[in-house]
Amino acid sequence: MSPILFYLFAAMTLVFAIAVVANRNPVASALSLVVSFLGLAALFVGLDAYFIAVIQVLVYAGAVMVLFLFIIMLLNIQAEERRKINLPAYVGGGLVTAAFVAQLWFVLQKYDLGKTAFAPLAEKHVDDVKNIGNTLFSTHNLPFQVIGVLILVATIGVVVLSKRELK
Amino acid sequence: MTLTLNHYLFVSGLLFAIGFAGVMLRRNIIIIFMCLELMLNAANLSLVAFSRFNLVNGLPNYNAQVLVFFIITVAAAEVAVGLAIIVALFRARQTTHVEDINSLKF
Repeated sequence: MSPILFYLFAAMTLVFAIAVVANRNPVASALSLVVSFLGLAALFVGLDAYFIAVIQVLVYAGAVMVLFLFIIMLLNIQAEERRKINLPAYVGGGLVTAAFVAQLWFVLQKYDLGKTAFAPLAEKHVDDVKNIGNTLFSTHNLPFQVIGVLILVATIGVVVLSKRELK
Repeated sequence: MTLTLNHYLFVSGLLFAIGFAGVMLRRNIIIIFMCLELMLNAANLSLVAFSRFNLVNGLPNYNAQVLVFFIITVAAAEVAVGLAIIVALFRARQTTHVEDINSLKF
């Protein structure tokens, strides 16, 4: 991936992620999240992970965000009114976040292995889906089936939770 | 100027920090939930970057990408359950503001 494209999509991901946090209107937040996920999918393409990029767009930017928008509009949530700011909580949250970013910066300064460039792939075109499928169904077959059970449990859980009265 | 692993790790860390700040600072439960998704995606980005960095026979390490696949699946299930809980909560309390939902607070 050319560095210009990397910086473009990284900036897109980060700016719209900040917009998710900063917007007062939940619908605007949700739409910013879609753009942020699309930027992330572009970064995945730059890392030669085409399958993951497609899944990212389909599942996150498609299904998950439709679910979010659907719930926001179902609950008819307006832009939240301004409330009294809880100053200690804001200062504490900001401090912890700043400490995390500073720590990240210093750790990455010391991480020499990460300063080497990405090695080129053996072939120009990788058979991404085929290789992931092979790994998924041979090495990780049991976790795959456990995930299937998890989704079944989640589906039943959603149906139970959505019923009118819980007994 | 070439791209290195650290570039991707830094973007991933910043994305995580933004999501974390959102969880700490925002008071709307739906926005908090979106920020959780941002943090999961930050983890995915660093996993994919490491997968591309650690080549196995000239190919990316696909174990990491399978893990990303699992994370996306679990995140989708989590969103479905979480939003169902939020809807149930909204029916009971008519609010999505976390400071109005404090029955469990000591």
